[in-house]
Amino acid sequence: MGHSLDFSVVYDNAPALLWGCLGTIGLALAGMALALVIGLLGVLARASRFAPLRIATVAFIEVIRNTPFLVQIFFIFFVLPYAGLRLNPTITAIIALGINGGAYAIEIIRGGVQSIPRGQIEAGLALGLHRLQVFRLVVLRPALRAIYPALTSQFVLLTLTTSICTSVAAYELTSVAQRIESDSFRSFEVYFSITFLYLAMSWLLMTGFAAIAGRAFAWPTR
Amino acid sequence: MITSFGLPQFGFLLTGLQWTLALTAIALVGGGIAGLAIALARVARNPWLWRSAAGYIALFQGTPLLMQLFVVYYGLGLLGLKLPAWAAVAIGFTLNASAFLGDIWRGAIQAVPHGQAEAASALGLRYAARMRHVVLPQALRIAQPATVGYLVQLIKGTSLAAIVGFIELARAGQIVANQTHSPLLVYGVVGALYFAICWPLSLYSARLETRLAVAAR
Repeated sequence: MGHSLDFSVVYDNAPALLWGCLGTIGLALAGMALALVIGLLGVLARASRFAPLRIATVAFIEVIRNTPFLVQIFFIFFVLPYAGLRLNPTITAIIALGINGGAYAIEIIRGGVQSIPRGQIEAGLALGLHRLQVFRLVVLRPALRAIYPALTSQFVLLTLTTSICTSVAAYELTSVAQRIESDSFRSFEVYFSITFLYLAMSWLLMTGFAAIAGRAFAWPTR
Repeated sequence: MITSFGLPQFGFLLTGLQWTLALTAIALVGGGIAGLAIALARVARNPWLWRSAAGYIALFQGTPLLMQLFVVYYGLGLLGLKLPAWAAVAIGFTLNASAFLGDIWRGAIQAVPHGQAEAASALGLRYAARMRHVVLPQALRIAQPATVGYLVQLIKGTSLAAIVGFIELARAGQIVANQTHSPLLVYGVVGALYFAICWPLSLYSARLETRLAVAAR
């Protein structure tokens, strides 16, 4: 096959690709937000005194962590209509990303909450802090700092996972690229270029997370 | 024509499962050998060597697995290599596995106390003997939980071969789901098959980690 490289298709479609990047970032941020909510609720459910709720939460975590995202998103794509929900592919993708990320987030957040020594909470109360202040300053902030690296790298992973959402035709970079590819047949050029767009996005995200950490957790450990 | 989900369909899924396992095995062996080289390059003193290894790892960890498969799949075609689909995706998974295993084993090598390598040098062991008899055996033990954990990621990752069109478990599931028009049942069974393989491995990884933590105390 006498096929020479021609990247002009990438230049010609640059606006569409950049919109695709925005779609990916939007999908990722929405998925992260939902994952965080599921993560926090899951931590409470997993520590519940009601055994069935506890068992259901553990089962949810294990099932999600031990099956492929592709199968999860297909399942959710077909299960939602049964529940009477006719949602567009992008919303479906956000739900799938949130559920997937949420299962990982539960275990990460739980580890952070468990890392706070009981004596620290008692010390906070003894110093005359209000219960809410103790929760916010003595439990939440140090716990958040402890889990921050694990949680944010999970979020970067979630951003890369958004590319799989092309299989339900959600609006994001990979599906935009697939459309350009099927019009131009320049498969390698298109995918090679957007690989670096993904690399740039994950670097951007990591830099952003690091900047937030630098501001929010700037107190000495000892 | 609509067929119902019966034994032949389940058999088709199991054939897909065989390919999932075959792809995983190829990537694990190929990625294991290349990953060891990456890990050793990453801890080398030569700055060119460790910087290229670090770049290789960052590239694969910072881009979606699906893109890596696409680029390898179409890139090989562009190079004029006419490979069957399974070989093309197997190469993609092997490269991905080499980067991830390389990073896991890099961490494990660095976790072996420095004194071990120093003592080995003092005893007159050269690089190869030092690595083979002193550092790597200890590093591989430390790396066991994370390596088994990555194996689970790899098995789940092979499902992306379905998007390239290769018939492994996930793609077999798509085909059967279209045939039978019962996607919930079919994807449920497909998910259960993945779970049946991945869950025991995850439990094993967690047990290895506890054992290692106890041994370290």
